[in-house]
Amino acid sequence: MENYIVEMKNITKEFPGIIANDNITLNLKKGEVHALLGENGAGKSTLMSVLFGLYKAEKGEIRIHGEAVNINNPNDANAMGIGMVHQHFKLVEVFTVLENIILGVEPISKGFLDKSQARDKIIELSERYGLKVDPDSLIEDISVGMQQRVEIIKMLYRENEILIFDEPTAVLTPQEIKDLLQIMRGLAEEGKSILFITHKLNEIVAVADRCTVLRKGQCVGTVDVKDTTKEELSKMMVGRDISFSIEKGKRESGDVVLSVRNVTVASKIHKNNAVKNVSFDVRAGEIVCLAGIDGNGQTEFVSALTGLEKINDGTMHLCGQDITKASIRQRSIIGMSHIPEDRHKHGLILDYTLEENLILQRYWQPDFQKNGFIRFNEVRHYAENLIEKYDVRSSQGPVSIVRSMSGGNQQKAIIAREIDKKHELLVAVQPTRGLDVGAIEYVHKQLVDRRDAGKAVFLVSLELEEVMNVSDRILVIYEGEIVGELDPKETNMQELGLYMSGAKRNTDKEAQ
Amino acid sequence: MDTVYYLVQNMLPVAIPLLLVALGGMFSERSGIVNIALEGIMLFGAFFGALFVLIVQGSSMNPQTILILGMVIAALSGWIYSLLLSFASVTMKANQVIVGTALNMLIPAVILLFSKMTFNSDGITTNISFYIREIPILSKIPVLGELFFQRTYLTVLIGFVFLIVSTVVLYKTKFGLRLRACGEHPHAADSVGINVYFMRYAGVSLSGILAGIGGFFYAVGITDGNVSGHSGVAGFGFLALAVMIFGQWKPIRILFAAMFFAFLRTLAYSVSLIPFLYNLGINQTYYKMLPYLATMVVLGFTSKKSRAPKAEGIPYDKSQR
Repeated sequence: MENYIVEMKNITKEFPGIIANDNITLNLKKGEVHALLGENGAGKSTLMSVLFGLYKAEKGEIRIHGEAVNINNPNDANAMGIGMVHQHFKLVEVFTVLENIILGVEPISKGFLDKSQARDKIIELSERYGLKVDPDSLIEDISVGMQQRVEIIKMLYRENEILIFDEPTAVLTPQEIKDLLQIMRGLAEEGKSILFITHKLNEIVAVADRCTVLRKGQCVGTVDVKDTTKEELSKMMVGRDISFSIEKGKRESGDVVLSVRNVTVASKIHKNNAVKNVSFDVRAGEIVCLAGIDGNGQTEFVSALTGLEKINDGTMHLCGQDITKASIRQRSIIGMSHIPEDRHKHGLILDYTLEENLILQRYWQPDFQKNGFIRFNEVRHYAENLIEKYDVRSSQGPVSIVRSMSGGNQQKAIIAREIDKKHELLVAVQPTRGLDVGAIEYVHKQLVDRRDAGKAVFLVSLELEEVMNVSDRILVIYEGEIVGELDPKETNMQELGLYMSGAKRNTDKEAQ
Repeated sequence: MDTVYYLVQNMLPVAIPLLLVALGGMFSERSGIVNIALEGIMLFGAFFGALFVLIVQGSSMNPQTILILGMVIAALSGWIYSLLLSFASVTMKANQVIVGTALNMLIPAVILLFSKMTFNSDGITTNISFYIREIPILSKIPVLGELFFQRTYLTVLIGFVFLIVSTVVLYKTKFGLRLRACGEHPHAADSVGINVYFMRYAGVSLSGILAGIGGFFYAVGITDGNVSGHSGVAGFGFLALAVMIFGQWKPIRILFAAMFFAFLRTLAYSVSLIPFLYNLGINQTYYKMLPYLATMVVLGFTSKKSRAPKAEGIPYDKSQR
């Protein structure tokens, strides 16, 4: 019999109207990285919350080091050496790194906080595991990657042996992801046991020893990662074959829809311009992708394009009309649809219902409004239509509160809203961020479908694979400048990577 | 120079209630609960403190002992009254502003009713003097002695002790760290095993204790030991909220803010002693508006930059993420 550090046997957890975990068994060996794979809403987070004491399972048994235990709250979990890095970090922004780490387990001498003792221990941990942090910086001043390292040190500081990572890579840049995976391997080699929740197959292949797959609250099976392939894993997760390549018809580009000339946008962070003298066209029936490493001016450019921020210099035309100074609503009426980068901040009002969110841009139109009153029957009818057509799933249909919906379905709701309204140009900014493979496939299909319907699509993406597969034309942005225009059929990821990192540029295209 | 001494000596007994009540507000808001009921809690504390004084004033007890005992009574009553706010806003997750407003409206009416029934007056009138002409030894220190230790009240010294203790508690102890975490990010606090509900009860309780004491000190230092259901504490509870915001929820800054407001008020009441202002010939009533006008102006200018505890006003709900 094998020695397991954690055994979760036949765990069943129900919520009103849904069985989140149905008879799930999961065993964790000491010193392994164990991935927990599943689509959004498959029950991964619930299972881990049960282990961490946030929820209480109705049925089943948890054994730690072979002994049956009762975990009623995070304190119990902590006492048993279980630590968790939550998907949304649990850090107090105005506290220093050190204060966040010691919170709850403060070292005390003579009744007062003893920070120097804590500082020594943090520095020692940070050096031993290669987790670079500055104990005295404020959380609000440091990068997301460093915040995550703080969360990891928080667990190590509490001498946890079992580390749970809840979708740790969703918020990181590609470089930070690489570093994190390396850190996880290092932790496992030091004897820590890691549970790694994810829906990204590449990461599992890169770092995990074994993988347990969940689907719709049920356990599909546990496999050794070295004996399997990405395709098999994704089939286990989704329950059907997933096509990683996107089928596209031939490209027939038409008239220029969006024309951007010499656009310059000031940065809010530093004194230089974030976007420098950018010019390009997007035609009907093509997907143009703006590729680049995060933080090279994409966000600022999109804010300017969609009207969220003013531009310093240059002009923008949409369908022949000057939109340089147009309001957001004017741009929307002329024909711009926008799938924003941060769907919580700019895409949805989380505490509104689904139907209200679906008419956010159109509530004032005669379809939905009469004499200043909203025609709620029409809204309901419209929402039901969209929900059906775009397969948006939620607990209560049109009256669900959007906050309670899964990330994938929130994104579907935005896509439904943006695509259903009259538009000529679709601006999609990292539309697949944080989604599982099933939802990614769906989003990509919709983008290609728009293109085939003769609309212009402007896609901003950080994912090389997405850039290569979806786009008809690639513009590479580096430090606010367009440094290259590439054809995905004639280039490869290595070349694209060189452009994105600024090592290569084709200036003649830029000069046009 | 005499005018300066006079102003400072008169300013301090006014500043101390503001300081204490604002510190109370700070503890409450740092734990995540907006305490708009400070005004009511002050009056409640003042009333019971004064009631105690009324009962014992005939005995041979030393006035300063009476003051300290009265303070303890006021603290206890303030704490008990604040439990209503904690229960409604922490346990029952009610809207904190509405609960606070209700608590504020309740107290003057209760005091009026009780006083009419018992004393056939609008409040409590006591006739004991807590005034201290000079404190031995300390009052002999040049300049400082005259500023702080002559013609004053014991409340001033106690107030500064509370300030120091509050600062240390908030920044140097485990309790303070946890309290601040609950006002900023209660889910983070919860995830490391801190009982958010308990910490919020603690924060509101501290504010109840300090506001109760502040109310009693207001009665001692400003209205000569009397409490009335009509004039109450003259908006000092709300002024203390302004002091707290102006002080950016930080103890030492709150001290300076309290001094600022107290100075304006003292100035307004001392116009006849300052030849320059007196000769301007402005009706003295206008000067009395100064602290309240300053509140609006100062908050208008500072509110844009002010950074309140992030989670204040939001009832903590474990299940929401």
